[in-house]
Amino acid sequence: MEILMSIAVGVLFAVGTYLILTRSLIRIILGTTLLTHGVHLLLLTMAGLKTGGVPLLGEQLTNYTDPLPQALILTSIVISFGVTSFFFVLAYRAYQELGTDDMEQLRGRDDE
Amino acid sequence: MSLLHFAILIPFVVAAAAPLFYKYIPKVHTGWFVLPVPLYLFVYFLMQLSTVRTGDGVQATVPWIPSLDIAFTVVLDGLSLIFALLITGIGALVVLYSIYYLDKDKEAIHRFYLYLLLFMGAMLGVVLSDNLVVLYGFWELTSLSSFLLIAFWYRRTKSRYGAQKSMLITVFGGFAMLAGIILLYLMTGTFSIREIIAQAGALPGQDLFLPAMILLLIGAFTKSAQFPFHIWLPDAMEAPTPVSSYLHSATMVKAGLYLVARLTPVFGGAAEWFWLVSAVGLLTLLWGSVSAIRHTDLKAILAFSTISQLGLIMTLLGLGSAALYYGIGDAGNVYVIAITAAVFHLINHATFKGALFMVVGIVDHETGTRDIRYLGGLMTLMPVSFTMALIGTFSMAGIPPFNGFLSKEMFFTAVLHASQMDFFSMQTWGILFPVLAWIASVFTFIYSMIIVFKTFTGKFQPDKLDKTPHEAPVGMLISPVILVSLVVVFGLFPNILSYTLIEPAMASILPSLLSPGDYFEVKISMWHGWQPELFMTLGIFILGTLLYLSLRSWRSVYQLIPEKWSLNHLYDSGLKLLERGSLGITRTYMTGSIRQYFVYIFGFFAIILLYSLFKLGAFQITADSYAEISVYEVLLLAAMIFAAVAIPFVNSRLTAIILLGAVGYLMTTFFVVLRAPDLALTQMIVETVSVTLFLLCFYHLPKLKKEISAPKFKITNLIISIGVGVTVTLLALSANGSRLFDPIADFFIKESYNLAGGNNMVNVILADFRGFDTWLEVMVLGVASLGIYSLIKLRMAEPLPLEGGSKREDQ
Repeated sequence: MEILMSIAVGVLFAVGTYLILTRSLIRIILGTTLLTHGVHLLLLTMAGLKTGGVPLLGEQLTNYTDPLPQALILTSIVISFGVTSFFFVLAYRAYQELGTDDMEQLRGRDDE
Repeated sequence: MSLLHFAILIPFVVAAAAPLFYKYIPKVHTGWFVLPVPLYLFVYFLMQLSTVRTGDGVQATVPWIPSLDIAFTVVLDGLSLIFALLITGIGALVVLYSIYYLDKDKEAIHRFYLYLLLFMGAMLGVVLSDNLVVLYGFWELTSLSSFLLIAFWYRRTKSRYGAQKSMLITVFGGFAMLAGIILLYLMTGTFSIREIIAQAGALPGQDLFLPAMILLLIGAFTKSAQFPFHIWLPDAMEAPTPVSSYLHSATMVKAGLYLVARLTPVFGGAAEWFWLVSAVGLLTLLWGSVSAIRHTDLKAILAFSTISQLGLIMTLLGLGSAALYYGIGDAGNVYVIAITAAVFHLINHATFKGALFMVVGIVDHETGTRDIRYLGGLMTLMPVSFTMALIGTFSMAGIPPFNGFLSKEMFFTAVLHASQMDFFSMQTWGILFPVLAWIASVFTFIYSMIIVFKTFTGKFQPDKLDKTPHEAPVGMLISPVILVSLVVVFGLFPNILSYTLIEPAMASILPSLLSPGDYFEVKISMWHGWQPELFMTLGIFILGTLLYLSLRSWRSVYQLIPEKWSLNHLYDSGLKLLERGSLGITRTYMTGSIRQYFVYIFGFFAIILLYSLFKLGAFQITADSYAEISVYEVLLLAAMIFAAVAIPFVNSRLTAIILLGAVGYLMTTFFVVLRAPDLALTQMIVETVSVTLFLLCFYHLPKLKKEISAPKFKITNLIISIGVGVTVTLLALSANGSRLFDPIADFFIKESYNLAGGNNMVNVILADFRGFDTWLEVMVLGVASLGIYSLIKLRMAEPLPLEGGSKREDQ
């Protein structure tokens, strides 16, 4: 299973990277979101996918899945949500003010 | 702290006070307050003559950075004393001269004296320091103060150009020297020159010996304007004349000679040292004297003459180092005379060159020009200056009875001895020494004659001068008169110097040749019989006079050498090339396109990781610990990958957002399958909010256009993104394959309830075990929301203007 997961993570990274390399600001945002997903899956995979119980002690099991990566991913989800929202509004404002979302047109001027 | 330390520090203290004098006592020329400093120091150093003569050099240490073996140790021996006397003595004369040269109402003299005293202190520091790092510090300070003094009239382009050039070249040499010092430290374990000299026997043959020597010599050559680093000196002539006289003839340019003499006990006796020092010196001597004739500006001629004379002293130091090769005995003693000549000429050159610069300054001051084409016939108008110029130039040309004659004779003796050497492959090349030296002396004779006779004799051209020339004020004449008197006194009675100054200096340059209580024999006499040297001198006079008289007919030879070949042109175009080159390189990769930068980042990431992964053999897959594959998970995964891969291909905003939402919700189901309920919950909520936000904003955003990048870019992007994906996959697989230790999950499973009183382990970790993460994550969300709020709410009245100017005052 880990092999499949690793490949899936690789695909998510590849698509995310490809989108980030494009000219459109929106696609770049989509790319960062996909990268985030890839990272979360990677975190989960790295902790081992051995099946165990849900990490709730009330279940009275002997074997639980590792709770630590889940906590890390939870933190990461919230942070990336905050960052993505901010980035998104930034893109929206940039488009409003500058009238374009083409990164080639948003290049710095030569004298700067 | 000893008096010697104070001798170095006093100039710095007075330097800080100079602007105060200027401000609060404006009626008196600030120079008068500065003058006592060098005078006092000169007297102080004179009083040290007897202690140094008996061999008991003054030595004192103040700890500075003890952990790095750096102490402010000062040592006064024969060599230091000569330099200290030159620095303070000529310093006093130059200050006196400058009082009359610089107008206190028209010039910023407080800055002038500040810089000058800074230089004086730094120069004293260079010659008195025993610790190489301290020496280097003072060394750079002389470069800095020289830079400031050259650009004293900073509104002139040429001053700034000259200052920058001298700064670049001397600091380049300074850095090389620092590297050499460090190499010396690596070999000997000490920064103290005395201790290094004590270990000198063990140095030759070490790997770092030659690099250290070359680096230190680069430092000495750049400072002393040796070929090919001499080009800064003529441009430094934009400085006020007292500065040229002091720094660029008598003191600073001799710092390199000081360094060479100081390190002769360390490196002398090695063939490389001998060849480098004497050959570069000889080349400089020849080049400087031949180039001097090309120029018509008196200061430029004097600059090239300084270069050439410095080369002469450098040659002598190089030849004298052969004495260390031969050691004690008759064979070595022949070369000791080269060191005698070097030290003697060092003093002589300081006297006559200082005087000549001052005379040129007077001429400039009284006529308004320094160009010999406009000058002439000043002899009757300025008789005192003429006399001084006559004595100075005759001494420089080596005409008896002045001191230049004596040192030139000794120079010829030294090169004649050198041509008979039988080591360092001198058999083949040795004959070049006297020949080249002789040719250079002929040219020295010619330009000396040009300086004095083109200026003071010939036709007086009052219509070409801005001012009506007349003799300078007495105050201005005092300093050059004193120097010129010294020229005559040293010429007629050279032996007042021999055991007071020259012998102790030789003892510190060649310490290993003396047994305790022994001393060198120094004999300098005007008449030494019909020796070959005398015939060489006579030849110089005859040929020099003939060439001078026929100057007009052959001077045009210089025009044959195009400007393109000159070293100045090389320097200028090199600098320009460097500037353009770096600008060009920066322009090629700093394109301003964010895509380009991402290409660098991702490309570098993929390449470096893949390379190290395979180079270090870290890639491995061990299948034994993998979880089994379930159909349900595979299907979810396949759906997610399909949705993700489709995103780049769609050209509709809505489809893209739905596909992204699909990926997010599939992640949610994945979390459910992988037994992470909290994650599933959060992911679902976040995904919903994000999609909502996206939909809200997308309404206002432009339609997704089809990517219109060139196919070349698309292919590059594809390669890089696939590279990144493959890298991540391989990394994940290898990392999974090697589990080094058990996870700490057991702790949380065991202690969640006991320590934190909670059953939900993930929540307990978030809020209890690792609460800081959560706290800061809340901060992140808060900051993000504040940022979004201010982005939406705060608007500037109008967009920033595209062309220049800041809008700050509008806000």
